[in-house]
Amino acid sequence: MSKINKEPLLHITKRKELPMSKTWAIRIGAIIAALIVCAIVTTAMTGLDPFSVFGTMIYGAVGTERKVWILLKELAVLLSVSLALTPAFKMKFWNLGGEGQILVGAWATALCMIYMGDVIPSGLLILICLAASIICGAIWAMIPAFFKAKWNTNETLFTLMMNYVAIQLVAYFIIIWEVPKGSGQVGIINQSTRSGWLPYVGTNSYILIILFVAVITAGMFIYLKYSKQGYEISVVGESQRTASYVGIKVDRVIIRTLLLSGAICGFTGWMIVSGIDHTITTTLAGGRGFLGIMVSWLAQFNVIAMIFASLLIVFLGQGAGEISTSFGLNQSFADILTGIILFFIIGCEFFINYKIHVRKKSGKEEA
Amino acid sequence: MFDLVAFIPRAIVQGMPLLFGCTGETISEKAGSLNLGIPGVMYVGGICGVIGSFIYEQSCSGDLNPFLAIFIPMVACLAGSLLMGLLFSVLTVTLRANQNVVGLAMTTFGVGFGNFFGGSLMKLTGSSVPSIALSKTSYYFSRTLPFADNTGWFGKIFLSYGFLTYLAVIIAIVTAYVLGHTRTGLQLRAVGENPATADAAGINVNKYKYFAICIGCMIAGLGGLFYVMDYASGVWSNDAFGDRGWLAIALVIFTLWKPNIAIFGSILFGGLYILHLFIPGAGMAAKELYKMLPYVVTIIVLVFTSIRKRREDQPPESLGLPYFREDR
Repeated sequence: MSKINKEPLLHITKRKELPMSKTWAIRIGAIIAALIVCAIVTTAMTGLDPFSVFGTMIYGAVGTERKVWILLKELAVLLSVSLALTPAFKMKFWNLGGEGQILVGAWATALCMIYMGDVIPSGLLILICLAASIICGAIWAMIPAFFKAKWNTNETLFTLMMNYVAIQLVAYFIIIWEVPKGSGQVGIINQSTRSGWLPYVGTNSYILIILFVAVITAGMFIYLKYSKQGYEISVVGESQRTASYVGIKVDRVIIRTLLLSGAICGFTGWMIVSGIDHTITTTLAGGRGFLGIMVSWLAQFNVIAMIFASLLIVFLGQGAGEISTSFGLNQSFADILTGIILFFIIGCEFFINYKIHVRKKSGKEEA
Repeated sequence: MFDLVAFIPRAIVQGMPLLFGCTGETISEKAGSLNLGIPGVMYVGGICGVIGSFIYEQSCSGDLNPFLAIFIPMVACLAGSLLMGLLFSVLTVTLRANQNVVGLAMTTFGVGFGNFFGGSLMKLTGSSVPSIALSKTSYYFSRTLPFADNTGWFGKIFLSYGFLTYLAVIIAIVTAYVLGHTRTGLQLRAVGENPATADAAGINVNKYKYFAICIGCMIAGLGGLFYVMDYASGVWSNDAFGDRGWLAIALVIFTLWKPNIAIFGSILFGGLYILHLFIPGAGMAAKELYKMLPYVVTIIVLVFTSIRKRREDQPPESLGLPYFREDR
């Protein structure tokens, strides 16, 4: 052998669990590093000095009372999606179908609002919409879950495809429902009667939604942490073999968890149509099905951490939105900043889980 | 009557971006990396090509040099997609982050990147043109073969495309050959099936993954470039590329990870995309249902392969799973 075995300069070992304070120090460090990169990028684009960039961002996110409410609304919607995906995710079931499940929920709501708006009193209609959206969302999630449980069909790809089936389904109905014909838009549903609209609390249309999501958050926290089913989910997530060995019916747990996951996604769709948009578009989920996955992942399935993770992402989105508006740049700027921050946070997990040792050589050190 | 001679070329042009994306994704998946960032990469590839040729067209007042007009966007596109590939490989292979999460983040980033520069390029470069229309560059990209016009239906179906179309088919055939019939391909597949065994056999797992991801991303990026320069005649409009990136991922499953089948698969998907234009009496609404077909067909294929469990039809065994030697 002519080749000399080189010792690698760096070598990596898995860490034992780091103390909480240290993991958070690493994460916050990553976020700060990401914000610096974001500031540099923004400065390069707009020619602003970095401090006023952050100033604009903070103003954009929480500058006025109205902006605070919008921030809270966005937070509630994203958090709701993240919570929906978490139980499936914790079970190591990649539900990338949040987008589609939200959409079918929204579709069911719009369907009921359009066809029953004039027949049924608004209060009852809201409940019918709610039930319909939850059922539709749950069914949409259950289809891939059934095949996963029965034949181990790849759920990542299956749920992903279901999104686009849902999008096209909604696109089809939008053309059927469009007002006026040929516009390609449904317009505000029941604008005059407000039938099926979630009632305002005072003049504020968002408080109810925020309350709903607060309830779901508390419920999910308890469900995952203290209920028997929540425990079963974590066992199945750790090892399916262990789970079936201790007598957990894995396929039943998979289907049941996905029913829950899809139901909450459908519920989110209902909130968006009945409480916020009052119309339906194919882009109504707005990528939240995917963002929710990242929130859930960043928070490591911890419900409380999820509140902060979604707050971070929503804050950035709103802040970057403000930068785009005030400098006449494109709205997608927010996506770029969100992407950068996500890359940093995703990357920093490595330094939480692994330790890098620099190998010290006994002999002369090369430069 | 159903006009096949008109239909096939349009289906092919629709299908080619998918073919690029699908070939790229197949290479990456064969090495065990499920790159869900492909839609983002295709956006980045497209917009980088646009930026390159936009700057070139702006700086060049007279006629374009045909070589540079093609070379600059190609290099810009490949470089942009390569950077995306490197990002994915650094995060998933070196930093061992989860592939799905990184991929989705990359798609968010890439689509945002494309739409941002698509919408702001004129403002950023201080140019006075109202929209991005690179018709001069596009002219070189979409030039058909010389005898396409005087060979009748044959010319229309086989010869009436820009060079990127032929490149897509060639890349797909070469990829199929390399994956199936060479040592490199064998080792690549070994990495995707069982990295631990491959490692034990002396294959450098990380090197293969890096190369597979980066080359895959570069090929996929060309799909974005094809879309803007050839299909859309050099006009970038935001979100016009749509869900073609996901359709490319669907195509990978539909073709059971075989790029040579993907040539026909992409034309089939492309055909389904525009079928509504050729079916008399199909309304606007039905068009949306036709667009649903590729996804439904893919789901059916996915379900059937998982039920039948034929070994050669399965996804790579360790698709989406990370590999750390120390973890075993």
